[in-house]
Formats: sequence, structure tokens, C-alpha cells
Amino acid sequence: MQDFAQHFINGLSLGSIYALIALGYTMVYGILQLINFAHSDVYMMGAFCSYYAARFLNLNDSQGLPSFVVLLMSSIIGCAILGFLIERLAYRPLRNAPKLNVLIAAIGVSLLLQYTGQSVFGDDPKVFPTVLPNVPVLEGSSFTVHSLDLVVLGVTLLTLLVLNLLIFRTRIGMAMRAVSQNMRVASLMGVNPNRIISATFILGSALAGVGSVLVGLKYPKVEPLMGTMIGMKAFIAAVLGGIGNLSGAVLGAVLMGLSEEMVVGYLSSTYRDALAFGILIAVLIFKPAGLLGRSATEKV
Amino acid sequence: MGTDRSTPLLQVNDLQVYYGAIYAIRGITFVVNEGEIVSLIGANGAGKTTTLRALSGLIPSTGKMEFCGKDLRKIPTHQRVGRGLAQSPEGRGVFPGLTVRENIEMGAYCRRDVAQIASDMEECYQLFPKLRDRRAQLAGTLSGGEQQMLAISRALMAKPRLLLLDEPSLGLAPLIVAQIFEIIQRVNKKGVTILLVEQNARMALKQSHRAYVLETGRIVLEGMGHDLLENDQVRRSYLGV
Ligand SMILES: Nc1ncnc2c1ncn2[C@@H]1O[C@H](COP(=O)(O)OP(=O)(O)OP(=O)(O)O)[C@@H](O)[C@H]1O
Ligand SMILES: [Mg+2]
Repeated sequence: MQDFAQHFINGLSLGSIYALIALGYTMVYGILQLINFAHSDVYMMGAFCSYYAARFLNLNDSQGLPSFVVLLMSSIIGCAILGFLIERLAYRPLRNAPKLNVLIAAIGVSLLLQYTGQSVFGDDPKVFPTVLPNVPVLEGSSFTVHSLDLVVLGVTLLTLLVLNLLIFRTRIGMAMRAVSQNMRVASLMGVNPNRIISATFILGSALAGVGSVLVGLKYPKVEPLMGTMIGMKAFIAAVLGGIGNLSGAVLGAVLMGLSEEMVVGYLSSTYRDALAFGILIAVLIFKPAGLLGRSATEKV
Repeated sequence: MGTDRSTPLLQVNDLQVYYGAIYAIRGITFVVNEGEIVSLIGANGAGKTTTLRALSGLIPSTGKMEFCGKDLRKIPTHQRVGRGLAQSPEGRGVFPGLTVRENIEMGAYCRRDVAQIASDMEECYQLFPKLRDRRAQLAGTLSGGEQQMLAISRALMAKPRLLLLDEPSLGLAPLIVAQIFEIIQRVNKKGVTILLVEQNARMALKQSHRAYVLETGRIVLEGMGHDLLENDQVRRSYLGV
């Protein structure tokens, strides 16, 4: 049990990255009842945005905060634009179509992004620029906290704080919540639902952009299929917390990250990915609405 | 406002609505004058809610709809409230996960005059003191009557010229119904024109200047509220006497 603290730190760090991605799934689901399969590929594109930004600006060897901010901004902006375009071009024309059609469109967009990635960037993995040093900053008897863990946790917490203020303290945040509860009535109040839906995609994608840079720093490998597994797990985390529920997504993601690290630590890393799906199946059986989700009858 | 209630605010000509193959509104023509309370009565499924939905642009329709002399069709749904056309929808439609206060704020979403909004909110709380006590509570946890009060307050926050009310008395105790109608009168005296949809025909006719009777998508009768109260056909079909 002496490694527990170490696994806990690793799990928290992993979980906070899942949270950033899970929020995008849950926000879009909350407003459109759509599982945006392309979200994980937006995440991948974010990683490429910052990879290429670093190359063009020659940031590879310049370590430090300014470089980190540049990477973060290029990924956030790239993802935000991509998320906006996906909704505008692929989902909006299907606004009144059956849900299944939109779901199929989402799978299509996901594949499109993956194959575009493969043909434009190539299949071979690229090395993400490590612009921040990963040095031990805190050493206990049985654990070490690395600087990147602190960056991941700090950036995630800050992002969640900003998101929280935006959703609960601003006019547009109130409109987002109103549209997700009743789009028609919100439009009677003067809210343009299309605007709010665009904003939701932009915001959710930007969060994935933050996530992709944090992952890039921790596991510096960029390739066109990198979004698949992490996207799947983030999605499961969102379902675990109760899809459509923001705090649920964060809770689910942290639980997911923690249990994954514990499995790696105490069982075997072979079961790492199996765990995610095990959790999904268990949730679907015992608590279909998720930990913090409202049951279907309550959501009018 | 001192109006003679003869200037048309809303003019509807040959309005028709289809839900797929269902011909719900079969060409109705009516007018609501500035300063009036006009009610639209009719049995279940007559098309009252459908008419209001068409006016707000929530469903496609054909025919002419003119509001303040402007063609409503040229104004997208979400901009109609800003032009002075507010609706309190059937079944209240409060946002259950927003607080009472946020629901009221949503009513003023189309407005920018912050100071005036605050004083209008205060006015709503005076109209419905219950809402003030519950302002931090989620709207979904209010009772049906409280939700109705909230829905009306929310619509008033838009400072509409024309207020569309869909069954404001539905499911309320008689005492509350009387209170709601009293408030409708008060709001009207302040210059807000009202188009009222009601099942409670007796109450609606008593409170309205004029009324239209809708039957399976057609207007079959129209007249002054108190005249219709005396009308044999209305008494038999809608007042149960
Ligand atoms: N979304 C819909 N799809 C198909 N038909 C509909 C839809 N909404 C209403 N209708 C039909 O249109 C007709 C008019 O309905 P509407 O809701 O306008 O009636 P109403 O007069 O408001 O009735 P109530 O007093 O019961 O509220 C009804 O026959 C109804 O079945
Ligand atoms: Mg109705």
C-alpha cells in the first residue's frame, strides 16, 4: 500500500485531463442530446495545431511559460474554430432530422478528421515539444510530485473555475442552461438557439484543446488516431457522472483516472483499458442515469 | 396609455397550419386592437395553442400576420419578443433547473436597460410576493400555481406590447385563478394588450373586451365578451348551461 500516494497523484492528474475532454461531450449532449463522436478528433487536431505552431515558431528547444502559453493558445483556437465549423457544416443542416441521422453524421465527421489527419500529417507519430521541464518538485517518503503534475492540475482547476463562472455567472451561460432545458421556450425569451449551440461547441472544443496540450506534455506523442482511446474513456466518464451534467463529468473523470491508476498499480496494466468498459457496463446496469444524472422521467 | 382600443396591433389573415397531414388551423382571420384583452376560447384540440405557436413562429404556417404594421414572418422567432410580442406558453414552460430569479431574468433577456430591469423585477415581486421568497429556489421545485405566476412574471419582464397567455388558469385553485385574472386586468390597464387562450370560458369572457370562438381550426363566433356570455350556442357548448 505504500505506493498509494503516488498512484493517487497520477490518477488525479489523468482524471483531470479526462475531465477537460468529458466536459465537451457532456455540454453538447446537454444541449442537443447528441453524442459528438468527432470530439475526440477535435482533441487530436488540437495536438497537431500546437505541434505545428511549435515547429513554425521554433519553440522546440525554448522551454518556458511563454512557449507553453503559445501552444495552449494555438490548440485552443484551432479546436474552437474546428468545433464551430463541425456544428455549422455537419450538424446544423440536420437540426430537424431524426437523432440517429445526426449520430451517423457525427461518426462520419470523426472518420473524416482521422483520415484527413493520416493523409495530411502522416501515420507516423510525432514528438510533442516538451516546452515545460518535468522535474520533481515535491518528494515524500513514498511519492514524488513532478512539475508537470502540478501544471496539469493547476491548469485544469483554473479552466474549470473559468468555465464555472461562465456558465453560472454570465448572461450567455444562463442562456446556455436555458437552451439545454427548453430550446423552444428559450427562443421565446429572445435567445437565438443557433448562437448558443455554436458557443457550446466552441467552448467544449476549447476545453479539449487545453486537454490535448496537457496530454502532449505528459505523453509527448502526436498521431492522427490519438483521440480514439482517450475520447472513449472521457465519454465513459461523462456517462458515469451522468451525461449532460457538468459536475458529473468532472466527478466521473476523476473517478475514472483514479481507478485506472489503481488498476495499473495493484493489478496489471493489461487491464487498464478493460476497466473503462467494465465501468461503462456496470453503470448502464446499476445506474443508467449516471452518478449525478437525472433519471429520464425527471428530465421534461 | 389612453387608447380607444380601435387601432389594430395584431392582424391575422387566413392563417393556416398543418402538422404533417393534420390540418390544425383552417384559415382564421382575427384582429387584436391596442389596449384590448381578447380571448380565444374553444374545446380541447380546437387549435388555440397552435395559433399562439404560429404567432411566435415556433411552427411553420401560412397566411398574413401583421404586428405593429410589420410583417411578422420577416422577424425570426427569437427576435419577436424584442419587437414586443411575448408569450407565456402552455404548460408554463419555466426552466426547471434555473432559479426563480434566473427565470425572471431570462424574461428580460432581450433587454439591455439594466437599471429598469431591476425595478421591473421588483415590480414582479410585488405582484407575486411568493416569488420573492422563493427567488433562490430552482423553478422546477415550485408548485404548479407558483410556476404559473413565474411564467407570467417572466413574460412581463420582456415589457411586451402584446402578451400571449396560454391557459394561465390551468390547474389552479379558484382563489388563485381570481388572483391571476386580477393581475391580467392590472397589467392591461398599464397598457399591455393581451391575447388570452382559455379553457375557463366563463372567466375569460367576463374579463375580455372581445373574444373569438375556435372550433376544429375555424373561428365560428366572435363578439364582445359579455355578449358571448349571453349567446345560446356559447352557453350550451362552453359554459355548460
Ligand atoms: N405537434 C403536433 N403534431 C401533430 N398534431 C398536433 C401537434 N400539436 C397539436 N396537434 C393537433 O392540432 C390540433 C390543435 O391542437 P392545439 O394544441 O392547438 O389545441 P388547443 O386548442 O390548444 O387544445 P387544448 O385546449 O387541449 O390545449 C389538435 O388536434 C392536436 O392533436
Ligand atoms: Mg392548448
